[in-house]
Amino acid sequence: MSEFLTYNFISGFLASLLRVGTPILIVALGEMVAERSGVLNLGIEGIMLAGSFTGFYLGFISGNPWVGVAGAIMVGGALGLLVALLSVKWRANQIVTGIGLWIFCLGLVGFVNRKAFGIISVPPSIPGLTADPIPFLCNIPMIGKIFFSQNILFYFSWLLVIAIYYMLKYTSWGLNLKAVGENPAVAEAAGINYGMVRYISVAFGGAMAGLGGAILSLYVFHFFTDQITTGMGFIAVAVVFFGRWRPFGVLLGSFVFATASALQFRLQAMNFPLPYQIILMLPYVTTLLILIIFVRRKTGGPASLGMAYKKGK
Amino acid sequence: MNSDSNIGLFRSIALRVWQSDLISGVIVVLASLLLGAVLMVIYGSNPLIAYSALLKSAFGSVNNISETLIKACPLVLAGLGTAVAYRCKFWNIGSEGQIYVGAITATLVGTLPISLPFGLHIVLVMIAGFLGGGGLYALIPAFLKGRLKVNEVISTIMLNYIAINLVAYLVHGPMRDAESYLPISRRFVDAANLPVLISRTRFNLGLIIALLVAIAVYFLIWRTVVGYRIRAIGENIKAARVGGINPLRTLLWAGLISGGLSGLAGSIEIAGIQHRLIEHFSPGYGYLAIAVALVGNLRPLGIVVSAILFGALLSGSNAMQTAADVPATIIYVIEGMIIMIISARLLFRRAG
Repeated sequence: MSEFLTYNFISGFLASLLRVGTPILIVALGEMVAERSGVLNLGIEGIMLAGSFTGFYLGFISGNPWVGVAGAIMVGGALGLLVALLSVKWRANQIVTGIGLWIFCLGLVGFVNRKAFGIISVPPSIPGLTADPIPFLCNIPMIGKIFFSQNILFYFSWLLVIAIYYMLKYTSWGLNLKAVGENPAVAEAAGINYGMVRYISVAFGGAMAGLGGAILSLYVFHFFTDQITTGMGFIAVAVVFFGRWRPFGVLLGSFVFATASALQFRLQAMNFPLPYQIILMLPYVTTLLILIIFVRRKTGGPASLGMAYKKGK
Repeated sequence: MNSDSNIGLFRSIALRVWQSDLISGVIVVLASLLLGAVLMVIYGSNPLIAYSALLKSAFGSVNNISETLIKACPLVLAGLGTAVAYRCKFWNIGSEGQIYVGAITATLVGTLPISLPFGLHIVLVMIAGFLGGGGLYALIPAFLKGRLKVNEVISTIMLNYIAINLVAYLVHGPMRDAESYLPISRRFVDAANLPVLISRTRFNLGLIIALLVAIAVYFLIWRTVVGYRIRAIGENIKAARVGGINPLRTLLWAGLISGGLSGLAGSIEIAGIQHRLIEHFSPGYGYLAIAVALVGNLRPLGIVVSAILFGALLSGSNAMQTAADVPATIIYVIEGMIIMIISARLLFRRAG
């Protein structure tokens, strides 16, 4: 077990932890915004998968990963709009809708993937998104390799935390968003177009889920399979609960959960003497335990979360 | 509902079908199949060839019908389980995991080399599946929701991934048949297997058990105190609490019954079809059960009908893939559309 504490292991582990954490963070931030407006979008697991495929496929055929990233954001946004349509306009049950969208995406991605790549045993691999080391900073021993040799989207995800924090706290748009999430009737009486706020928030959440999916296939794995997300979108929902609907809480939560995932990959790679299937359980067991330990009665979530609102009621 | 003793059985059933909102469920299914056909055209396949292959493979011969009914059987049970939970607004997405855990406990009992009086071993296998899937596994999310307010959607989904990996671990490790090269458990002893009812098919006692359970669930929901409490909590938790119903205890009952029915589905799948525990034996029965329960409008009779419909889809999907080159995953596309359309319908709108 001496392998564990070597310099290379630790810096490699931390760098991969941050890499795996990036898609979780971005997806969870998007979901947090949607939930702050009152819409619980459980479909992000499916949207993430769709984004992951779109990103990889477009990156593969165009040779430019950024084409894939753009496509994934658009597909994610469109699916987010579908969720908004169902939950705002038709006031559908948000839990059931989300599960429906997830299964829909699961089937559709399997379907399109077979058309795109045929039946193959080894999925194709592409360079995808690579590291964009920040000059000078990347030369700092250890820290340079861990923090400053990541892809630009990693830096973007941290900026997004700050941007959303600022938006919620200091902008009128942020105040409207919170008002709609807490009490749509009062928000409406105050002249806020609650429907529009929810549409935009949920579409944004969908776009971020698509982006997170693309990062997963283009930056974390450099390939795509139907099983690439396996619950990561649901884990992102748990991250939002854990982070108590606050940007910095979500940031912390993402990397707690990423630790479990990164550890899972590392242990598999180094033939750790635990059965493979037990190692695979690690992220799910961690999520469950963290939910139990940290998410107690007073969760501080938006008051109208998950509930449909009838205009003028 | 008690005054229909003077009308004929047929009319009574027709009335029930009408009341169960099954007609609109069927319309939703047909609309989704139509959208599936559009997808096939885009894909470059002929939907007519695909759907006729599906129909033929699902109902074309005695053996095909039996294969459809075999697949409908776990869907009836898991669908009933899902419906019991949803009646209580316990959003159990964990049927898949509960099926797997039910299969584990059923296998532990079914492979015991003991000799018991006629039929008793089968009964014990069924009880083990029920208590394993329900008693052990679904009580976890029910308790976490009722006591600690942990969101059951997330917890049940996590428990699904855990259970599927647990079965994989067990058949590769502790429960592996030492004499086999494959990752499978030992075979059930003969007296613990469900008897085949139609020779040269795999049609077994399982579906009969499932139909009896459907009747039992009907009485449970509409005629017992526990069923009343489950519905009361689901319809208005505040009013129910004022009326003296203990939410936590009711939630635990709903979890036990709901998970137990899924566990029973797992034990019937093993004792009737597989005869030993294997990895990934369920083609997503637990997730299909959500669509089955919703199309059946959370009513037992509707669930039986919609389970047969989904059983046909499942059993015909491979033939569709061979005949018209339509990937079998299209059934998930159709299933997802059905769930989304139904979620937007009035029943759930009112339920919020």
